[in-house]
Amino acid sequence: MADVNRGKRPLSPHISIYRTEINMITSILNRITGAGMMLAAVLIVWWLLAAATSEAYFDFVNGILTSWLGLIVMFGSLWALWFHFLGGLRHLVMDFGYGYELKSVDFWGWAIVALSFVLTAASIYCLAVN
Amino acid sequence: MNYKTDMARVKGLGSAKEGTHEWWIGRLTSVALIPLTLCFLWKVAPLIGGAHTELLAAFQSPFTAITTILFIMIAFIHLAGGLQEVIVDYVHGKAMLVVLLVSTKLACWGMGFAGAFAVAKIAFGA
Repeated sequence: MADVNRGKRPLSPHISIYRTEINMITSILNRITGAGMMLAAVLIVWWLLAAATSEAYFDFVNGILTSWLGLIVMFGSLWALWFHFLGGLRHLVMDFGYGYELKSVDFWGWAIVALSFVLTAASIYCLAVN
Repeated sequence: MNYKTDMARVKGLGSAKEGTHEWWIGRLTSVALIPLTLCFLWKVAPLIGGAHTELLAAFQSPFTAITTILFIMIAFIHLAGGLQEVIVDYVHGKAMLVVLLVSTKLACWGMGFAGAFAVAKIAFGA
């Protein structure tokens, strides 16, 4: 009895079987952006530690963060931050039971993608003006 | 043929019964990070690429220093929880799982403390 059909049970359909939907993309992007910001987090801590150490060391790390490679990481992380921020806000709303209608899921999926780029552009503009 | 009974086979498996707490810490830190992230983008992000003296002056403000310390510490707690979730989902094999869970958690605590210490040192006069 204990070994009946063990390991031969049917599996539930996995992602490869479904047509791609926007909510799949935003779901995995929230994970990728969250984990990806690890790099920027470490760089910012290094930058702050350098600032607490000496001016010369600060200039060295500051130079790395504003090198072209550093800027790609910083601006990329800025977008990741906005995307994760918006995705998180959306999750908080959904935790209260709102936003599960199909129309709402599609609308807010695309909306947070669009808004993440708008907010990234707006904050780069503010930083440039500053 | 396995002589174990069904009950012996399933005992000790299943949920670790700590999921609700982990979920709650994730939500709690995410709510705290809403204002703290905005403060960080407003007060600290513009200092990247700036002069050293400018940064030292900025952290003389208690508001900037306190919100930045809270941002760093809570962001790393949030990151530790998020990484744990990702690791338990994708990593199989006990040894690798334990190594990754322990190292990411300790690294997050270390980084969070280091960042907070750096800001405190500057705020109290580097």
